[in-house]
Amino acid sequence: MNLKEIIDRLNLKVFTSRASLDGTVTGGYTSDLLSDVMANAREGNLWITLQIHPNIVAVGKLKDLAGIVLVNGRQPEEETRQKAEEENLPLLGTEENSFVISGKLYFLLKEKEK
Amino acid sequence: MMVKIQGNEKESGLIETFSITGGDFHHAGQVSTQIKEILKELGIDPNIVRRAAIVAYEAEMNVVMYAQRGIFMLKVTPQQIKFFVQDEGQGIPDIELAMQEGYSTATPEMREMGFGAGMGLPNIKKNSDIFEISSEVGKGTCLNITIFLDQGKKQ
Repeated sequence: MNLKEIIDRLNLKVFTSRASLDGTVTGGYTSDLLSDVMANAREGNLWITLQIHPNIVAVGKLKDLAGIVLVNGRQPEEETRQKAEEENLPLLGTEENSFVISGKLYFLLKEKEK
Repeated sequence: MMVKIQGNEKESGLIETFSITGGDFHHAGQVSTQIKEILKELGIDPNIVRRAAIVAYEAEMNVVMYAQRGIFMLKVTPQQIKFFVQDEGQGIPDIELAMQEGYSTATPEMREMGFGAGMGLPNIKKNSDIFEISSEVGKGTCLNITIFLDQGKKQ
């Protein structure tokens, strides 16, 4: 499913202005532990997390993720946002918590599969 | 700070050396990101690049978290990718324990940032074909990792 469509349907905030939103989302992974994401997220996944520091961008880039969704209305650190712009990695946000936004994304992707 | 201090391409393969500064979370991840780009540019199979990226990231973060400084050497030959990571740092008193998934000596600050899942060394081992580790307490740790490019010819 196209990232842009997910952003619209889940009403996600977009923190990066230049990163391309044309990517395809293959699934999602929810975790706040970076090594867990390194080990278990898949290429094209949307990563749902409460971490906002710059290192999340390196993880997103190394794993070829479709983007990162920050939960609970968290704002990225400015350096995180800048790095995401540089690396062309969409940085998104939601007021929802990890459980709710993961559920919504799951059903959206399932619905699309049908 | 991360500085690429040497790079040359010989008949035998490509060698790049990077230095990593302990405690520098600001630049953490840059060395592994560069290594991944190099491997991608060399046209290496994406599945192998993905494994190598995990290994490189975890090895780099271990130096950032537990050492004063370290060097990261990448060597690519037609047969294999080799990582040699040597740091000057606190070292590991019990390697067997450190290899157990879930065991971590990360500080509360590191854990808050999402590090210290106790998955670093296990992730490295899982994604390597040959994994060698040696460590001396108070001196540092040395990793020697090989990933074969032709997985059919895995030795």
